[in-house]
Amino acid sequence: MSRSFEDIEARIAALGQGGSEAVPAARELLALGEEVLETWIAARGDVPTDELKEGFRILALHRQGAKGDPSFNACRETARELVYHYNLITLEPDDPATASRVAMMSMIAGHLCLFVGGKMEVAGLGEFCCSSRPVRAGGG
Amino acid sequence: MVDVTDRAKNHKTVGYYPGCALEGTGHAYNRSTKAIASELGLKLKEVDNWNCCGAMEVKNIDPKIQTYLSSRVLSNAHNTDHMDVVMAPCNGCYHNLKKAEYDLSHDAESRAVVDRLSSKAGHPTYKAGQVETIHALDWLKGTIGEEGIAARTKGKLAGLKVANYYGCMYTRPRHIFPEKDQGPGTESTSKPHFMDDLLAAAGADNVDFALKTACCGGAHTLSDSDTSTKLVANILRAAEASGAEVIATECPTCHTGLEMHQIRAEKRFGIKTTVKIMYFTQLLGLALGVGPRKLGIQENISDPMDLIIEKRLT
Repeated sequence: MSRSFEDIEARIAALGQGGSEAVPAARELLALGEEVLETWIAARGDVPTDELKEGFRILALHRQGAKGDPSFNACRETARELVYHYNLITLEPDDPATASRVAMMSMIAGHLCLFVGGKMEVAGLGEFCCSSRPVRAGGG
Repeated sequence: MVDVTDRAKNHKTVGYYPGCALEGTGHAYNRSTKAIASELGLKLKEVDNWNCCGAMEVKNIDPKIQTYLSSRVLSNAHNTDHMDVVMAPCNGCYHNLKKAEYDLSHDAESRAVVDRLSSKAGHPTYKAGQVETIHALDWLKGTIGEEGIAARTKGKLAGLKVANYYGCMYTRPRHIFPEKDQGPGTESTSKPHFMDDLLAAAGADNVDFALKTACCGGAHTLSDSDTSTKLVANILRAAEASGAEVIATECPTCHTGLEMHQIRAEKRFGIKTTVKIMYFTQLLGLALGVGPRKLGIQENISDPMDLIIEKRLT
């Protein structure tokens, strides 16, 4: 959770360019999606869950992140599409479409990153206003 | 709960709630919706003296006022126009009318506020269940259906690769759409398909589009344009990577955002995309043989005329 959204976004884009092996790339993209959601949850003062939902932590993290903020569900299907593409790539790594699936998974992860980054900015959370957060939280 | 099956019979004449967007940036959606209604023999009776649904602005300040504003539209449809079905093509309007219906069914405080404001404004209070709100997709799917579209269009859109983009308000939050996720024939909130079904019936070659319900950044357009542009650029790139020549839309906010940020993405970030953006009603209109001008194609910023000519859609 130490990386900035800009760094995460850059790494996601790099993985989508190709050049990495597909299965490790898919694993990393899924982990980057989790990292984005962890950042949102932690910025709201919660501890990101380690639980799984339907076998995936990212889906449990999304559910946790949407608690008390129904508009966060606008990225629910994005998280699910990330899982879907992860499954396609890891279950059928030799499929001729694997390279394009990795590129698509990168775009999906990028969308999640942009959406959550935008939500954090609107909500005044996280890295966008670190100096003002203690003031708003009543601590300074 | 409203019995959707019975009311489907009445969809040949519906109360029509265009909302503010369709009189402004979404004018082509208004034109094309009316054009296909005429072509299909369907009657749209515009709701008398309608007002803003409360959109985002009012809702963010006072959700109860939004509920009242939407309820007034429904009250006019029921009490003045004697309609029991209102069709709203705009996702924002559709969402807000459905939300008002839900609030009035489940929340006594909302009912009290609507009672009080309706009385003050001098019109009958809207009671939950008096009117059913449907989207333009429900209207066409329920009244004409895929078979009717297929019979009238004879595969006119064949060879046109389409990414169907629903945006995020058409299916969320789930609880305000009790008629969805009810099994075969109903709309899905996780994988919506009504637009896919209708355009496929007209011959379109729908592509598998991973971001069909992803956020377009509409709410950030003014406060954080760069994020909106990046979100849209991602949607456009994903559509192109899926092989789409056209993105079909069913929300004026999404449509305008996609078109405007397509230009901004190139200027601001050097991300050039060429995929065209068209309302699904424009595509269906072309498939039905309606001329491009009547469908407002000339108003589309992404200018799809070359593609329309290439595909012999006119």
